[in-house]
Amino acid sequence: MALRAHGAHCLVTTSQGRRLDLFEYQGKQLFARHGIPVPSGEVAETPEAARAAAERIGGTVVVKAQVQIGGRGKAGGIQLASTPDEAELHARNILGMDIRGHIVHQVWVEAASEIVKEYYASVTFDRSEKKPLVMLSAAGGMDIEEVAATQPEKLATVHVDPLTGFQAHHARWLVYHAGIDAGAQAGVVKILQQLYQAFTEFDTMLVEINPLIWTAAGDVVALDAKVTIDNNSLYRHPDLLEMQLSVTEDPQERLAQEKGVTYVKLDGDVGILGNGAGLVMSTLDVVALAGGRPANFLDAGGGSKADEVVAALEVLLSDPKVKVLLINIFGGITRCDEVAKGLLTALDNLGATLPIVVRLDGTNEDEGRKIIAEQAPPNVVVEATMLSAAQRAVELAKGVPA
Amino acid sequence: MSILVDTNTKLVVQGITGREGAFHATRNKAYGTNVVAGVTPGKAGQDVDGIPVFNTVRDAVEQTGANTAMVFVPPRFATDALYEALESGVELIICVTEGIPAHDMLRVYTHLRRGDQTLIGPNCPGIISPGRASVGIMPTQVFNPGRVGLVSRSGTLTYQISKELALLGIGQSTVVGIGGDAVVGSSFIDIVGRFDEDPETDLIVMVGEIGGNEEEKAADFIAERVSTPVVSYIAGFQAPPGKQMGHAGAIITGSSGTAQGKKQALEAKGVRVGTNPTEVARLVQETLAAR
Repeated sequence: MALRAHGAHCLVTTSQGRRLDLFEYQGKQLFARHGIPVPSGEVAETPEAARAAAERIGGTVVVKAQVQIGGRGKAGGIQLASTPDEAELHARNILGMDIRGHIVHQVWVEAASEIVKEYYASVTFDRSEKKPLVMLSAAGGMDIEEVAATQPEKLATVHVDPLTGFQAHHARWLVYHAGIDAGAQAGVVKILQQLYQAFTEFDTMLVEINPLIWTAAGDVVALDAKVTIDNNSLYRHPDLLEMQLSVTEDPQERLAQEKGVTYVKLDGDVGILGNGAGLVMSTLDVVALAGGRPANFLDAGGGSKADEVVAALEVLLSDPKVKVLLINIFGGITRCDEVAKGLLTALDNLGATLPIVVRLDGTNEDEGRKIIAEQAPPNVVVEATMLSAAQRAVELAKGVPA
Repeated sequence: MSILVDTNTKLVVQGITGREGAFHATRNKAYGTNVVAGVTPGKAGQDVDGIPVFNTVRDAVEQTGANTAMVFVPPRFATDALYEALESGVELIICVTEGIPAHDMLRVYTHLRRGDQTLIGPNCPGIISPGRASVGIMPTQVFNPGRVGLVSRSGTLTYQISKELALLGIGQSTVVGIGGDAVVGSSFIDIVGRFDEDPETDLIVMVGEIGGNEEEKAADFIAERVSTPVVSYIAGFQAPPGKQMGHAGAIITGSSGTAQGKKQALEAKGVRVGTNPTEVARLVQETLAAR
């Protein structure tokens, strides 16, 4: 089914990759800048601050965990509070909560809304069609893929020509075909246009409002905000760059972020360093086929110099779960002698004693192998091929004598 | 023969006076590629290793007859460079630049597809037709002239598989790195189609990875339209869903785009998929021997 390819609701990425997921409150700030109505609210990092926020907002408020993952409500991360006392109590419970591996450091306290209807609206970057895809549904507050599967008559979609943009007629078509209530249609048409503007102006890969609500007062309001920014565009969005405050929990991922290394933590014990995303992914696969479990993905990137290799190794060696390191390099822009120098420097600096299996191929491979052979660190093994290197690393991780 | 680049290629390098641009233009020239011009605004009259520099692509094309452009311009200026190359009338543009904003590429792509010019990349290692021409940043020593066409989203994985082929004495007609970004100028289908029409390509190797559905679309295309045998490889079986592995393109969204899904889609259409680069080379050898 076509919708599955877009997967609007489940686009979860790590923020140290090439996309930046904003928190709900940050998304709402961006929405507000484009005139999209959002409930008034404040961010709080302590229970006391949540109470103060509730006092300022007045009336019933909602205390919402700020994490970059879905399922907050089910996990108890969204609570209604009719008094400031209650808001403080809920914030105390929610702050520090672990929601599917994400620790809550902030709550968003906002005025409660009286909901008449819940809708869904989003703009996604559809890489298959190479066009933005605008989706609108009269069935909000639930999984949009489920809506597509069970109530397709309540979902309308439009692909937009990126050169001519999203027009009012697109918005009207969506509103009529998604079955939006007559009283809410004008408000939804306006919000769709504002949402598309936000999509292009902030270089987003996804903007999603779920639910988009129709209130008792007759307003259409964004009750949630999911915004994913294309990191390649951050140079022209200095304000968004500031939002990239690191809430990365994992110490290795945080270190990698600081060092500018593309790193994703996995749960095995074979640490992996390679160059180029494709080759690194292939290395993970080959390690798994050899019966091992990769501890991470780490792409040292193209043209890595010795310093960058040292930084990458620092990240890997800081992970106590790593029993063996596998370095798999195919030099194109990257030069193998630089990798070898970086490895030796890292061993000197960090004094690592765990076994390290190295495979160097491509540009300056002979020089690289020579540099390692001359120093011959006792814990470094050089293998000739990618397969043999992976097998050796897995054997070593399992404690089989080398 | 070969596809896209060969001895008829007359290359203009945009961004030739930059560090990377100068290095790779010089290397491409040393390989035998006919590098006829470079472009850097404000540096007309200079030369890089004997290659004359012009202020604009149009000047370079008018004065040298360049028919292919290679873009080595930093990301924030690359979109402009791409439009400039398109308007100069060159037939083929190869964009090596990494980090171009996705929305910019969406507009470039839409414009490009309304005409008949070809764009390879961005974020790609380029194209090599071994023994004839190399345009880009590939380490030329791993490629040998031969009759296998190789198309890949990943640079280093291309080198790895080419090396495995070389160990079995198998060379390539042309190797095309289409790039790892979410929006690239040419897809697997575009390149597989060109290889299928090339009388000197006996077999096609298609190297994919997680993310998007270009491999799945190519599987259907191969089954319906391609008579040349295809062997494939997909990287990223161990990538957990929702984790991004470096390439902007290598992201799994929902249930589509997984390595397993791609492998199944290809095998369902009769394409053999190797489990590792070494096995891919072996499958190529077997398939060629069975012809």
